[in-house]
Amino acid sequence: MARNTKADVVVVGLGWAGSLIAAQLSHGGMRVVAIDRGPRIDPQTDTPLTVDPDELRWSSRKELLAKPRDNTLTMRNTLDQIAVPQRELGILELGGGAGGQGFHWAGMAWRFTPWDFQVRTETIKRYGMPRAEDGELQLQDWGLTYDDLEPDYDGWERIAGIAGKAGNLRGKVTNEGNPFEAPRSQDYPTPKLKTLRMMEIFNKATLELGLNPFTIPAANVSEAYANPLGAHLAPCTYCGFCQYHGCGNYSKSTPQTCVFPYLQKEPNFKVISKACVTRVNKAADGRTATGVTYINESGKEIEQPGDIVCLTASQMDNVRLLLVSGIGKPYDPLSSEGVVGRNFSYQTVSGADLWFEGDKINPFIGAGGLGSQIDNYNGDNFDHSSLDFIGGAGILTLSRGGAPIAKTNNLPPGTPRWGSGFKKAYSKYYQNHGVLFNQGTSMPTKHGYIDLDPTYTDRFGIPLPRLTYTYSRNDRAMAKFTKERAVEIGHQMGASHVAPFDFAQKPFTTAIGASNHTIGGAVMGADRSTSAVNSYLQAWDCPNAFVIGASAFPNNAGYNPTGTVGALALRAARAILEKYVRHPGELIED
Amino acid sequence: MKRRELLFRAVAVVTAVAANRTTHGEEEGLLPKTTRRDGVRKVLTQGQEEILKAVFDRLIPGDELGPSASGAGCLDFLDDQLAGGYGEGSTIYRDGPVQPHEEQMLQKAQFISTPRERYYFGLKALEAYSLKTDGASFADLQSDRQDEILRGMETGKIELGEDVNTKGFFELMLTNAREGYFADPCYGGNKDMAGWKMIGFPGARYDYRAYTERTGQELNLVNVSLILKG
Repeated sequence: MARNTKADVVVVGLGWAGSLIAAQLSHGGMRVVAIDRGPRIDPQTDTPLTVDPDELRWSSRKELLAKPRDNTLTMRNTLDQIAVPQRELGILELGGGAGGQGFHWAGMAWRFTPWDFQVRTETIKRYGMPRAEDGELQLQDWGLTYDDLEPDYDGWERIAGIAGKAGNLRGKVTNEGNPFEAPRSQDYPTPKLKTLRMMEIFNKATLELGLNPFTIPAANVSEAYANPLGAHLAPCTYCGFCQYHGCGNYSKSTPQTCVFPYLQKEPNFKVISKACVTRVNKAADGRTATGVTYINESGKEIEQPGDIVCLTASQMDNVRLLLVSGIGKPYDPLSSEGVVGRNFSYQTVSGADLWFEGDKINPFIGAGGLGSQIDNYNGDNFDHSSLDFIGGAGILTLSRGGAPIAKTNNLPPGTPRWGSGFKKAYSKYYQNHGVLFNQGTSMPTKHGYIDLDPTYTDRFGIPLPRLTYTYSRNDRAMAKFTKERAVEIGHQMGASHVAPFDFAQKPFTTAIGASNHTIGGAVMGADRSTSAVNSYLQAWDCPNAFVIGASAFPNNAGYNPTGTVGALALRAARAILEKYVRHPGELIED
Repeated sequence: MKRRELLFRAVAVVTAVAANRTTHGEEEGLLPKTTRRDGVRKVLTQGQEEILKAVFDRLIPGDELGPSASGAGCLDFLDDQLAGGYGEGSTIYRDGPVQPHEEQMLQKAQFISTPRERYYFGLKALEAYSLKTDGASFADLQSDRQDEILRGMETGKIELGEDVNTKGFFELMLTNAREGYFADPCYGGNKDMAGWKMIGFPGARYDYRAYTERTGQELNLVNVSLILKG
């Protein structure tokens, strides 16, 4: 097998996590080789303004996404079922090129609450053991606190130029942001985005209900911004072509706009494109990674040796690579033993579609991450003593973009779907539709996990990941509760039609995208018998491998994951530079 | 199961049908492919087009709100889409075995056949159904009767036969008709941006900063596409 020159660090996958790690470590003097299965794509040549505002190509056909043909999974709901392959695009919306999902994402840029990191401890403390251990849930803490991660949240927000307004600045709660957020050391680097029509209606109604609306922090920068890596972003123009699109205006924070400009000038950094890593290689001692093997564009297998391997290949592929490479003990759902594949979680979604009469929402004015939200019913921000569940949801409304093809599905129940009746209804309701989306927490269960499929393989003959999962009783109860809150808000907003929805009332499926936030499988923790990586994202059973991404979350919060992925990547990079290199090959001590 | 096996075998037939037509490879170029407006088809035969025109114009009829689907170029759009990567199903994971419970488990129909194949068999079955029940081509039926058949396909009341997922085929046609009507005109449909004008979508604009403060107002913006100004 052909073998490349040894690198100090091999980075697998150049999305947000991979590019942040690569930038920090190469800046710190380490020679970094990143390997990405996709081609190099950039806003200037792939999605310029003359090409980007095209719903069919980017949003309907999803040309920026990895093809199921090349990357998919199998799924089942319960252990006794035979899993089936997901053949068309579903909830896995991986990037087809460098930048990963970070290139086509919408841009909601959150921090999790302190509670999300310590769900087990806090649930037992506040509601007692039976609530935490109901026979189905498998709660565990992250091995770090919000305060531990705060500096890295701040670091990521500065690199990405996040637009927002602090709700809690060093303990001082303001009325301008989210009053439920945890203390932040600095305000957001760019001001919050504008309040558009749907947000206006939502803000008024939620205030009337005694709730606390605020503008969602967005990776769509609100003014010209230069980040600490020397990259320049331009003010968002509210074109509304963001999710599934690139951003030819350099306003959406992506690895391409925020990190690649630095990497391109960094002599310690090298990228190998169109190369798919198929496994992590291990030394004879069974606990040292020696590098990775990849298959290049012409089908040739090549070895890339390295002293440190960072898996930043997205949640699902991180887990699959660990399983294929024999790093860490695979999880057994019957005994709850083993760590790799453990604690899959998702995003529990309910909400309501709303229609108004005679308004001019002008939905085409928007930005991918733009909307208003209330956190009154998120996480543990409300008392669950008299309720039969834990967790909650951010209830939000979107001002995201016009999408005239996609919105043909957004008509009041009972409306004709075709014929002159359809045309009449769509002419009226295109300007009058809104949504309340409850982005809910997702709690891990004993039987929700990932392993390798016994039957189906990818184009290289490597087993597909097999996902076994369905919504827990806890999460179904949570989704129902927040759905009822959304209906109340919808009526208060003056909607003539309020049509609730609740994905959790049916079994989970990978084919219908309630969300693309797949979580867990290589979770972090302080206890190596229940986690695959420690709080520095270092593999317990292979100390020179770091596994970074949403794969590390032991449970999911009622927020989008990217902000926390970015913070964890910076935390891992700091740990490598400040601690690991002093004692290479050893587990980092706290 | 039987149905899917049939589709597997049908692949060879359709490949032969399409072999002498121009097909695009898997590599998509930077620019959207412009549609030929000379009426020359790359995929659809004249017979298929006659049935499809009838279907599309019931799904989106011409009326005071705007042109019909065919009047807006949705058949040009469809032929072009079927000729390219979309029609070839170039993104689908097609490895077997096909499990009998795939649709049930995923709560959504799964297809290993390509859109081009689904149109080929779907239109053939629709025409056979029409000839059998009404003794005439679908294209020649009264519009009320056409609606009745389409509604039957939509609701699952009508099954067109074992080698077609009837509900799935109806949804495919509805999706493509809507796409043609509301996609950028550079793809051949949405002629003169008629679809966008009907609902008030200004199109491929990329800067609304001048309008963010004018919430809830009629903005009367001129429509813009990637290739046209309204």
